[in-house]
Amino acid sequence: MSDETPSLLIEGLAFAYPDGHQALFGVNLKVSQGECVAILGPNGAGKTTLVLHLNGIHPTSVGKVWIAGTLVDAKDKASLSKIRAKVGIVFQDPDDQLFMPTVGEDVAFGPYNMGLRGAELEGIVDTALQQVGMLEFKDRAPHHLSFGQRRRVAVATVLAMKPEILVLDEPSSNLDPASRRELADILRDLKITTLMVTHDIPYAYELCERSIILSGGVVVADGDTKTILGDSKLLSENRLELPVGFSL
Amino acid sequence: MHSLPAHLKIVAGLLFIIVGVATSISNWQAFIGYFLVIGTVLAIAKLPVKKILSRATVEIPFVLFAFLMPFFGTGEKFELLGLSLYREGLLAGAAIIAKGTLGLLVAITLSGSTKAREIIGGLETLRLPALMVQIATFMLRYVNVVSDEMERMKVARQSRGFEAKGIADWKILAQAAGALFIRSYERGERVHLAMLSRGYVGVMPVMEKPVITKFQRFSVIALPACALLIFLFTNMIWSR
Repeated sequence: MSDETPSLLIEGLAFAYPDGHQALFGVNLKVSQGECVAILGPNGAGKTTLVLHLNGIHPTSVGKVWIAGTLVDAKDKASLSKIRAKVGIVFQDPDDQLFMPTVGEDVAFGPYNMGLRGAELEGIVDTALQQVGMLEFKDRAPHHLSFGQRRRVAVATVLAMKPEILVLDEPSSNLDPASRRELADILRDLKITTLMVTHDIPYAYELCERSIILSGGVVVADGDTKTILGDSKLLSENRLELPVGFSL
Repeated sequence: MHSLPAHLKIVAGLLFIIVGVATSISNWQAFIGYFLVIGTVLAIAKLPVKKILSRATVEIPFVLFAFLMPFFGTGEKFELLGLSLYREGLLAGAAIIAKGTLGLLVAITLSGSTKAREIIGGLETLRLPALMVQIATFMLRYVNVVSDEMERMKVARQSRGFEAKGIADWKILAQAAGALFIRSYERGERVHLAMLSRGYVGVMPVMEKPVITKFQRFSVIALPACALLIFLFTNMIWSR
């Protein structure tokens, strides 16, 4: 297994915003195929900045990022469109992600840009909506759906691109307990390399066998989720804590 | 009526309005014909009367303005029910009401029988520049999101004891509008990121073109064709 190309490989990634604020100070990370890795960390740790490097939205200036063996290079437009098809990012606010007039058209947006048309496109859209249990809402407008339903459609928009790696930014935020549960069931069944940025520690524990802690722009811990969450000193140093009443 | 292709409806409505506007108000018999035609179309569309009336209220300011016109003007005057009126003003006012109402009824028929989404699709088929179509599409998608945000900001203001009473409070409202603008702008940037992440390169997906039957084409052309016939007919008979 060790010679298999990792889904994601990050080496020495550093990044500073144009205003001088430095968000990442040399991040190293390797995620193998089929792994689910939770990225934990306090607010302002650089989690979202890291995510935006994965598909070249933020150009890499220092360090390198590979997706399934392909180097992410913001200058190489042709390879960038391939990278963007491989990295499926589900953003935090589904209203940012769902911009088309109907659910079906929104799910079709990504595969359409990849050049699919007609029956093939329809089939992919239906399959993706089926995977998140939203097929019956295909012709509805996004603003007529509940927040939890919109989040699920947002996941479908990305699944329709058949990504190599699924990146979820705070997937459980603002969801009621039932929606949170339904989304967890969907994510567990996907069998796809997943990177999950979250503050929701029970969610990370439930879905990801491996976790990393990103704090101050570097990876401060990387390992088995249970071991990391069991280290209360490590957690408190990084402004993380288990919810009251939660035990591993 | 509701199932006709949107772009044909737009063209037909536009042609009908052009014929109406091109008709001189002194040829008043033609307007009776136009109203009969658009009235028939409204009846076929089976739009609820309440909906028609509520949408027609946008015309009220124009009607008020038109009613004032006979009192202010120059030229020939005449007496009517003890009022001294200007002939030119009266005609101009009547023209505003007649042509305005005609245009409004066409717009109501179009918007009442066509989904907003279809109207945009129709404009796209009519080769409106892609950029304008995209802007309209996004406006349609985000008008609810932004109005919800505005409502939440209003509730937040009220919850902290703010109630807009007079001109002194306009500053607060203006600041709120500014904040809403910036939030919407930032949302626009996030949406653009989400679009780029799914391979957007400046071209939006094109909807499948609807198949247009001969009957549909014929029934849509009927509206402006009737207007044109009325125009020619009344011109021939009364303008000699």
